[in-house]
Amino acid sequence: MSTYLEELDHKTSAEDPTLGDTQIQNYTINFGPQHPAAHGVLRLVMELDGEIVERCDPHIGLLHRGTEKLIEYKTYLQALPYFDRLDYCSPLSMEHSYVLAIEKLLNLEVPLRAQYLRVFFAELTRISNHMLNLGSHVMDVGAMTPNLWLFEIREDCMNFYERASGARMHAAWFRPGGVHQDVPLKLLTDIADWLDTRLPRLFEDAISLVADNRIFKQRNVDIAVVSKEDALKWGFSGPMIRGSGIPWDIRKSQPYDVYDRMEFDVPVGTNFDCYDRFMVRVEEVRQSARIMKQCLQQMPEGPISSFDRKVVPPKRGEMKRSMEALIHHFKLYTEGFHVPAGEVYVATESPKGEFGVYLVADGSNKPYRCKIRPTAFSHLQAMDFMMKGHMLADTTAVLGAMDIVFGECDR
Amino acid sequence: MGHSAPKIVTAPGLAEEIAAILGPMLIDTVDHADEISFTVVREQLADALLLLRDQAHYQQLMEIAGVDYPDRPERFEVCYHLLSLTRNHRVRVKVSTDEDMPVPTVTHIWPVAGWLEREVFDMYGVIFAGNQDLRRILTDYGFKGHPFRKDFPLTGYVEMWYSEEDKRVVYKPVQLAQDFRTFDFMSPWEGAQYVLPGDEKAPQAPGAPSPAPAQPPVSAPKGQPAGATPKVTEKSEETGAGEPANSKGAEKSSDAPVKPQAHTDEGKGAAKPEDKG
Repeated sequence: MSTYLEELDHKTSAEDPTLGDTQIQNYTINFGPQHPAAHGVLRLVMELDGEIVERCDPHIGLLHRGTEKLIEYKTYLQALPYFDRLDYCSPLSMEHSYVLAIEKLLNLEVPLRAQYLRVFFAELTRISNHMLNLGSHVMDVGAMTPNLWLFEIREDCMNFYERASGARMHAAWFRPGGVHQDVPLKLLTDIADWLDTRLPRLFEDAISLVADNRIFKQRNVDIAVVSKEDALKWGFSGPMIRGSGIPWDIRKSQPYDVYDRMEFDVPVGTNFDCYDRFMVRVEEVRQSARIMKQCLQQMPEGPISSFDRKVVPPKRGEMKRSMEALIHHFKLYTEGFHVPAGEVYVATESPKGEFGVYLVADGSNKPYRCKIRPTAFSHLQAMDFMMKGHMLADTTAVLGAMDIVFGECDR
Repeated sequence: MGHSAPKIVTAPGLAEEIAAILGPMLIDTVDHADEISFTVVREQLADALLLLRDQAHYQQLMEIAGVDYPDRPERFEVCYHLLSLTRNHRVRVKVSTDEDMPVPTVTHIWPVAGWLEREVFDMYGVIFAGNQDLRRILTDYGFKGHPFRKDFPLTGYVEMWYSEEDKRVVYKPVQLAQDFRTFDFMSPWEGAQYVLPGDEKAPQAPGAPSPAPAQPPVSAPKGQPAGATPKVTEKSEETGAGEPANSKGAEKSSDAPVKPQAHTDEGKGAAKPEDKG
């Protein structure tokens, strides 16, 4: 105590009569890695001036599993389930980039029904992903009820997944050359009913609670405004770049599968803040439902995977009758198919943004290098500049509006 | 019709246009699978990317990917994936480097490059000159080595355990419960690059319809660790035949307590000749 008083005494002078508390040390706090609003295992080291965030240093990699290295030791087909485990909130969208990259290297044509099914389930995945994100975003800023309602929808999506692929989350349903199994007609009619009745009712109810809510707006409007220039510089994509007012959507501009046959709108933000990002996602859910309805109307009958037996294994029934099919099945599930040497970068519009796969093939049955371009990596990096000058409590709103899943960010 | 991957239309003459912009910085242009890759001089990478951003309108840097080619003199390739929103086009810019030669940073052009470069540094050990914050990013605090190099084993060198004594997690050298299994799927009918056991015994009579002559082992096949030794049976223990039975061995067995004739429980027992008793 006495030294403190001496310090004060020493600092006080006749010219500057204020007490010695002019210099306040900034305060460094640790946010996470085990924090419910960190959306996984994120550690933020934040330097605070009072309650204002001066600097924010995200420490990531706590969920790093070396997926890319593991893929180098697996055949192309064995590597596919790793993609489900990247962004476990939108597993089929992760597979989408990977199978398209393989097909691009093989120049493999996919039957039309398979393309429709892929688009259909990719959009279902988008709805499922946005349910989790919108729900947790509103919960992070204080609302409880919408999250529970939106989880109802998410549960429905999981059930549809299960009926299509047998797995609620890690579907491994998109395969090079098509999809693994055809869906029963009853599933499609059930989803059609769901799109007409249950989804709009639950979703619009839940969103009506928050979209015009005063507290929700106070927590989100004008928080973390990102200009168009910054969005470009920081490598934003998906709802983040659209929230910054740039109408960029890979489904529109570089269409893959049958997106070029779909009619949908690309929502953009006008204020470039967290509220805009939230509302962009809300509108995307409606557009996804629209795309799914168009898929149901247009989807033809036909094969669901390519007949190129050097890539796509034959079905069980065929194996019972044909020796050739049996050999193909055995070879494809042991050795796998060989992909001609080359390299491609294929990016698709995952619910979180541009999810890319840079695949280097050396002509063998295993990828030589499979670089995964996660969306969260770039977005999270911008956390520092987005948080600068905001309050500590805004961290959760900014994180929620970024939509980060660490399975994907850390790989 | 072909594949259904994202449709990217390359405007005719684009490669020439970019070649004109880059000038002497450009080393090589590859147009493969509708994607254009430019290899540029490493020292001038930042200038080249700045020109591509400002003159060729590639506004966004989406990804920096490292690739390891251990056979090359400059073993690492660093690939920059650029996206143009206005031209709706993607290009790839590559530089090659090794463990020591630094690559100029592009963080002043795109701040997003900061973490992307950190990742390449973490995984491959490529040094980026000018990056102010070149820390490890994905691996653990205090990790050693660069795990995505081809000579880094998939299992790593250490594994983490909870130590009951220390009441915390500790690192130990990795111990595999079973051998690491890797298959090469090289077909002997399509020229496997190693000698199969027994091939060396085949007389190489001129003109005889024998299998392809046993070639000296070339370098390890791609994707395999460089340490793959050729499979030969030079010594008797490599054949799995074990030691020949002799009189000494017989004496020892008479001294031993009489056991019913059964397979030994050790895995090694299979290598011993079974006809001893």
